[in-house]
Amino acid sequence: MTDISRIDVADSHGERVVSQPTVYVYEAPVRLWHWLNALAILVLIVTGYLIGSPLPTVAGEASQHFVMGYIRFAHFTAGQIMAVGFLLRGYWAFMGNEHSRQIYYVPVWRASFWKELAHEIRWYAFLEKAPKKYVGHNPLAQTAMFAMYTLMSAFMIVTGFALYSEGEGADSWEAKLFGWVFYIWPNSQEVHTWHHLGMYVIVTFIIIHIYAAVREDIMSRQSIISSMVSGERHFKDGA
Amino acid sequence: MAAIETFYDVIRRQGVTRRSFTKFCSLTAASLGMGPIGAAKIANALETKERTPVIWMHGLECTCCSESFIRSAHPLVKDVVLSMISLDYDDTIMAAAGHQAEAILQETKEKYKGKYILAVEGNPPLNEGGMFCIDGGKPFVEKLKWMAEDAMAIIAWGACASWGCVQAAKPNPTQATPIDKVIHDKPIIKVPGCPPIAEVMTGVVTYITTFGRLPELDRQGRPNMFYSQRIHDKCYRRPHFDAGQFVEQWDDESARKGHCLYKMGCKGPTTYNACSTVRWNGGVSFPIQSGHGCIGCSEDGFWDKGPFYERLTNIHQFGVEKNADEIGLAAAGVVGAAVVTHAAATAVKRIVSKNNDHSA
Repeated sequence: MTDISRIDVADSHGERVVSQPTVYVYEAPVRLWHWLNALAILVLIVTGYLIGSPLPTVAGEASQHFVMGYIRFAHFTAGQIMAVGFLLRGYWAFMGNEHSRQIYYVPVWRASFWKELAHEIRWYAFLEKAPKKYVGHNPLAQTAMFAMYTLMSAFMIVTGFALYSEGEGADSWEAKLFGWVFYIWPNSQEVHTWHHLGMYVIVTFIIIHIYAAVREDIMSRQSIISSMVSGERHFKDGA
Repeated sequence: MAAIETFYDVIRRQGVTRRSFTKFCSLTAASLGMGPIGAAKIANALETKERTPVIWMHGLECTCCSESFIRSAHPLVKDVVLSMISLDYDDTIMAAAGHQAEAILQETKEKYKGKYILAVEGNPPLNEGGMFCIDGGKPFVEKLKWMAEDAMAIIAWGACASWGCVQAAKPNPTQATPIDKVIHDKPIIKVPGCPPIAEVMTGVVTYITTFGRLPELDRQGRPNMFYSQRIHDKCYRRPHFDAGQFVEQWDDESARKGHCLYKMGCKGPTTYNACSTVRWNGGVSFPIQSGHGCIGCSEDGFWDKGPFYERLTNIHQFGVEKNADEIGLAAAGVVGAAVVTHAAATAVKRIVSKNNDHSA
């Protein structure tokens, strides 16, 4: 089993040892945002897929149904919630604790980051016997979070609003704010394709995210999943 | 070149008497509240203002824009060509030929410096010094640049001049290039479509000749009055889209009932044009009304956004043609399989190390 004497608790800012076995990491706004965002993304993925490949035709008069209408409404609503959440989460990065800033950058300028990243990769390649413990994200998780979640979300929000602006009209605020997307891709069919591919990046992210959370919860002897509910990280072998 | 014809000449030629003409000027001045000398000013303007000279050139194209243009019903194309503009050069339909025709270009350029409209159908190929389109012994690109120098504005007719169209589709061997990528210092109005709707074409010409300026353009240089909404926004089959009623096969019940063609690859949701409002052939019909989806002919690179009969666009970067779903599901599948394998390896490793602990 894991050798207790080998446990060294570090945060993203270096090797500072934390003595207590329980640390308050995720503040309430972060946790609330995480689960609301997860729900919004789930709705967005399901409805987004159905917008690209709609359900089988419904019978009867058009006036009796609003299937595609409701699917699109759910997609747009969830998108708006995700966008507002993204903004508020960005605001909280300034107001919250240091962990609330982690998903917004990758500290490539820090030598310890690369060392710990290499350690983390070796851990996942079964080359290390024991994982390091981190109060926040480990360097690999931070990198994945930044590239596949934060950047991708921003991309999806921008392209999503650009596509939404097409229905809202050329003089809508959505078109004024996000219409520049069509300078890059003049044909909106292309924006649709990129938006669609972006969904699969997020789907892939979710698979890795959930697997890593479950695995680390078991393997690295610290709480991961319950931390996003309670906000506290327990180090199971600590103290 | 023929003698300069003013609007007054045209009005008289249409059978309006001098008396009616002066009455018209007086009434217009009075209704606009222009004061006692207003009427004389209007009469003077109409008597001296020349019809706007238009030079219509053809690069790499199929002449479908001209074919569409001559079928305009409102206004009739004869009124546009004979009364509203002075179509001084159009090598497809003009009587003059050879050096006689080319001399008109030189003459217009000098005489109407900064006053004529250059209407371009088709685009110049730039590869091999432009030799894929030779017009009057010179590469078309040179002729285009030369005539554009002194033009007031340029109309880019059709998908060719606006976006590149079929000759610019991948791999674009002749490097066919839209007008706005060649001419940078003149106002350019894009009137895309393959071809554009006849009434849209004459409508744009009418606006420019009436007001002496280009209509309001959108972000991509298209006139807002015809290209600010998608086919989808004004499609008469839109209720079926919202209801979730789609044609799934060309001969199914939904096809007979006229349901939405979204699943059959209709590009209406991503195509900006006036087809669903103005329609074609004097308002008779348009593709969707005839039971076929929109192919998006007024959009950038529409030939490369195929297939025409599927909703999701093919992506060619992966060697074989795949759409976003196929690529995305494959990527998610590979990652999913990797995760399962990794989880299994973790479990095995844990059991093995536990056994080792016990045996130690």
